[in-house]
Amino acid sequence: MTATLGRAVAPPPAPPARRRPAGRGRRRWTALAFLAPALIGFLVFFGYPLIATVYYSFTRYDLVNAPEWIGFGNYVRMFTTEPLAGTAAWNTLWLVVVLTVTRVLFALGVASVIARLKRGVGLIRTLCYLPALAPPAAATLAFVFLFNPEFGPVNRFLRLLGIDGGLWFNDPAMSKPALTLLVLWGSGELMIIILAALLDVPQEQYEAAELDGAGPLRRFWHVTLPTISPVLLFGVVNSIIFALQFFTQAVVASGVASGSSDVAGNTKYIGAPQNSTLTYPVWLYVQGFRYFNMGYAAAMAVLLFVVSFSFTWILVRQLRKASAVEGGA
Amino acid sequence: MVAVTERPLKPIERRRRSWDRRLQWVATHALGLALAIGFTMPVVFVLLTAVMADDQAMTASLWPAEWHFENFVEVFDKVPLLDYLVNSLTYSLLATLGILLSAIPAAYALAKLRFRGQNLFFMMTVAAMMLPPQVVVVPLYDLWVRLGLTGSLVPLIVPYFLFDAFSVFLLRQFFLTIPRDYLEAAKIDGCSEFGALVKVLVPMAKPGIAATAMFCFLFTWNDYFGPLLYTGENRDGWPLSLALASFRGMHHVEWNLTMAATALIMAPVIVLFAFAQKSFVRGITFTGVKG
Repeated sequence: MTATLGRAVAPPPAPPARRRPAGRGRRRWTALAFLAPALIGFLVFFGYPLIATVYYSFTRYDLVNAPEWIGFGNYVRMFTTEPLAGTAAWNTLWLVVVLTVTRVLFALGVASVIARLKRGVGLIRTLCYLPALAPPAAATLAFVFLFNPEFGPVNRFLRLLGIDGGLWFNDPAMSKPALTLLVLWGSGELMIIILAALLDVPQEQYEAAELDGAGPLRRFWHVTLPTISPVLLFGVVNSIIFALQFFTQAVVASGVASGSSDVAGNTKYIGAPQNSTLTYPVWLYVQGFRYFNMGYAAAMAVLLFVVSFSFTWILVRQLRKASAVEGGA
Repeated sequence: MVAVTERPLKPIERRRRSWDRRLQWVATHALGLALAIGFTMPVVFVLLTAVMADDQAMTASLWPAEWHFENFVEVFDKVPLLDYLVNSLTYSLLATLGILLSAIPAAYALAKLRFRGQNLFFMMTVAAMMLPPQVVVVPLYDLWVRLGLTGSLVPLIVPYFLFDAFSVFLLRQFFLTIPRDYLEAAKIDGCSEFGALVKVLVPMAKPGIAATAMFCFLFTWNDYFGPLLYTGENRDGWPLSLALASFRGMHHVEWNLTMAATALIMAPVIVLFAFAQKSFVRGITFTGVKG
């Protein structure tokens, strides 16, 4: 059965004068019935807000007074007069680059080790994966404690090795690397996806390569990498999107490390130390939902949409290729 | 590794190769064990600190001098943890119920029916799944303010009863693995499309549905941005994740209690995982690009 089915202009089910297999028009309505809630949900929670965001981005809007059209005012302000937007964009760019590279390589490294294990695989895999389940707020809290400059176990351990541990979450130069470590600790999901791909590489190919005299590095380069490259691409795009929306860990870490009295209500400590953890989504949140500059936040959202959509597009195209291979399952 | 030739190995070579293998075996297993320990250490330190005395938690000592298991109870006295727990459960359980009602039929249509616009809808689902939540949040917040529902969990739960991109995507991947023949057979036996879904597909796809439900539970249980946005000012509506982040602040130096609370919020997730490890792993693998 092919796409011709959908082309039938659907009249209400015909009286059974002529016998048709199951009624093509009716099938179309069935599909629509199954999809109706999802379609409504998509339109209300994605379609409408996307368009409205673009509209709001050209206005000054504080949620109380009616939106006032100001053209490109928000965009101009974002790129020129308002310095913290630049800081936020820079922090997010830092995370996009560093998080993506380290997260994919780290997950690949751990997965390769687990893939070569013969005993205790289940237990080791489980222990490596478990941190990925920890609630980000809790995990961040734990890391701020572990990396406490005075009494944290990490610095204590480093002291044993004769290394002077840093200030971590209290040092503008170290806060983002500390957040990166936190993310690597919780990257178990990507590990499992890569591990599954590694285990899928046909064993005969390794044996053939070994017979041809290929060493471990060449085998990895010529056998493993080509086979798992779609999964790695997924990991890269997934990590980029993850970095673009980096929020919880940044807010909690800055609040707790600087001793904020109320993480939910206090903007004073957001981005601490010295705005080094002020990510783009965090600044969007502060502008929109703390200062109620909804128009400005919408302009930031439009830019975020353009960037993340570009990356999503790459993945969607890749997925389409994959499902084309699978055919009419 | 040495190139393998057709010629039979001399005994001495064979012995060297077997030593090589053994050494390699030991090295990889040692590395694997080290990794597992490395990943576990943070949790161990959290637990050890959670049972320390108040003043010891502020020192650099790693091992509790006295074991204060009552810290776990004391947390409940300091903050209305039970109320927060109820909020978390309300959010997570209702959202999970919501996706079961909304995502199963949608995923069925995407995986097993043929209609025009099918591909388009699938692509829209993937795009929605990859979109940072911050992109659409301004008009949505505006909408919920107008409806007078901010400060409650309603804005977080309602969307799940209509559409959740990730769940639709994941369920579709699972449904694709179930042969169409079973559904055709049911329909020839006089089953309606809905009947085939409920009587044939859902029972066969139980592991996939369970995995999707668990991912939804986990995501909502861990969610911080959503509750911060919609319940932020109203403490009574906070789930555990928000309460926890403010917990330390309320009681400045009590790291032992903070870590006890941290352990308490991690616990249900770990218990859930222990019971359903297989489903989790299957679900994660399915979110890759295999489908």
